[in-house]
Amino acid sequence: MLEVKDMVVAYGRVNAVKGISFSVEKGQIVTMLGTNGAGKSTTLRALSGLLPLVSGEIWFEGQRLDGVPAHKIVERGIAQSPEGRRLFRQMSVEDNLKLGAFSRKDASGVKSDMDRVYDLFPVLGERRSEAAGLFSGGEQQMLAIGRAMMSRPTLLMLDEPSMGLSPIMTQTIMRTIRELQADGVTILLVEQNAQAALSLADRGYVLEVGHIMFSDTGRNLLGDDRVRRTYLGAD
Amino acid sequence: MELFFQQLINGLSLGSLYALIAVGYTVVYGIVQLINFAHGEIFMIGAFGAYATWMVLGQPTDWSAPLSILVLLPVMIIGGIIASVTVALLTERLAYRPLRNAPRLAPLISAIGVSVFLQEFVRLFYGRIPGFPDAKSAIPFPVVHGISGEIIQLGGVTIQMSAVFTVGALVVCTVFLWFFVNRTKTGRAMVATSQDPDTARLMGINVDRVIMAAFAVGAGLAAIAGVAHGLSYGNIGFRMGFLAGLKAFTAAVLGGIGNINGAVVGGLVLGVTEAMATTFIPGQFGSSAWKDVWAFVLLILVLVFRPQGLLGAKVVDRA
Ligand SMILES: Nc1ncnc2c1ncn2[C@@H]1O[C@H](COP(=O)(O)OP(=O)(O)O)[C@@H](O)[C@H]1O
Ligand SMILES: [Mg+2]
Repeated sequence: MLEVKDMVVAYGRVNAVKGISFSVEKGQIVTMLGTNGAGKSTTLRALSGLLPLVSGEIWFEGQRLDGVPAHKIVERGIAQSPEGRRLFRQMSVEDNLKLGAFSRKDASGVKSDMDRVYDLFPVLGERRSEAAGLFSGGEQQMLAIGRAMMSRPTLLMLDEPSMGLSPIMTQTIMRTIRELQADGVTILLVEQNAQAALSLADRGYVLEVGHIMFSDTGRNLLGDDRVRRTYLGAD
Repeated sequence: MELFFQQLINGLSLGSLYALIAVGYTVVYGIVQLINFAHGEIFMIGAFGAYATWMVLGQPTDWSAPLSILVLLPVMIIGGIIASVTVALLTERLAYRPLRNAPRLAPLISAIGVSVFLQEFVRLFYGRIPGFPDAKSAIPFPVVHGISGEIIQLGGVTIQMSAVFTVGALVVCTVFLWFFVNRTKTGRAMVATSQDPDTARLMGINVDRVIMAAFAVGAGLAAIAGVAHGLSYGNIGFRMGFLAGLKAFTAAVLGGIGNINGAVVGGLVLGVTEAMATTFIPGQFGSSAWKDVWAFVLLILVLVFRPQGLLGAKVVDRA
């Protein structure tokens, strides 16, 4: 479904992502792990068209994706819930969701998808006219995910959805991700919480200073010594 | 007391003119953080566009008042809007967009260049159009019967019909802006882009189009202001955008740049302050030569005590 080949992405003259290759198969949950500054967010921003590639290629469902403007990438079926959630905080829950559906023309489909978000996260439905900034961190994360779902993506990219959340809230979010997968959405999950991410993931990639160090199935990575030492706090 | 109301009316009329122009500074700044120094010239182009429309209509001077108000004036306004929006979109495309990722100073200098270019272009070439008057000095604005020179007498207060038009135009435009921002998809996209452009792009918003919409809306209102200026002062000139633009920019900052309501409030406050200062400040300091001084004194006071402007600038919010 998604294939990245030798992708290099830079800020000014400094390369942040230094030639990475990976792929995501349809229906999978793929996770990308790495410490702060490894280049995870940069990778997602490049995939969404917010950053240009220095070199390399991105293929999505048989078509070249690099060079396509960001708003067209959404139309092709890729949505992102960015790091830090980036909600439109003064706007209502409903307006945030409507913006998530910006590229869609089917008003009735948008309405039913909105209801679906409210089913998935009842607290958002109950307080749909309140400003997004008034919600708790976990609720805001729900809204960020719901907003990304509103474009009806086939590939959903989540950048550190568990950031700043309590363990219980993290579990709720991870359960939601599992449900979305069951609905047929392919997921690229960027996380620092390796335990939570790997227990969901079909496949994991470990990123360090702009390079993919290794990759394996989620289960194998959970048992991998290097991963345990660096990301799971074991020694 | 009559004098007070007289000056209030004059101030509101002047302020409405500032406000109509100020909106253009504020919407563009709110989205691309560019102070479009050429916006005063877009206002000037609007006035010249309206004049050109009048020429194309065959310079009608004897239309009845109802026909002038209901047909001539709207057509001239539309002509002015077409001219100013076209020029604004061209400058965005040619002078600002290529510099969007350049350091902040580059588009600012580009804007000053556009400003000079547009003034000189009108000065040198307007008269070259066959039949058109030379624009090297001021041109008398077409008479719109029923408005130009007409007054309403309300007790001891004289209200120019052109003032009624200017204030009315601001009211209509404010309602239009509210509807546009809150009820249209492009308006919502504009708000989203001003709050967080990258996230707006992740929503599938075409930010280039939003920026064009911002320039177009600002130019449209400036064109209406250009016509209002022509009706109020009876003439237009290639330099008319300089001081009006500076005042309108002041109004935008006064209200809180980036905030549309702020531009309207800032314009009105500035206009009323100028009108009151020239009347109620005694001695030479109240002479009309000093009115610009008071306008900028007001700006400085507001910036010292309330740097975000009267209504507060766009809240930069990226948690
Ligand atoms: N806007 C930026 N400008 C310059 N450098 C940046 C910017 N954003 C990130 N970087 C740098 O790029 C590298 C990768 O950052 P990032 O992709 O955010 O990492 P991660 O998401 O894995 O924590 C880091 O060294 C970071 O300092
Ligand atoms: Mg990150």
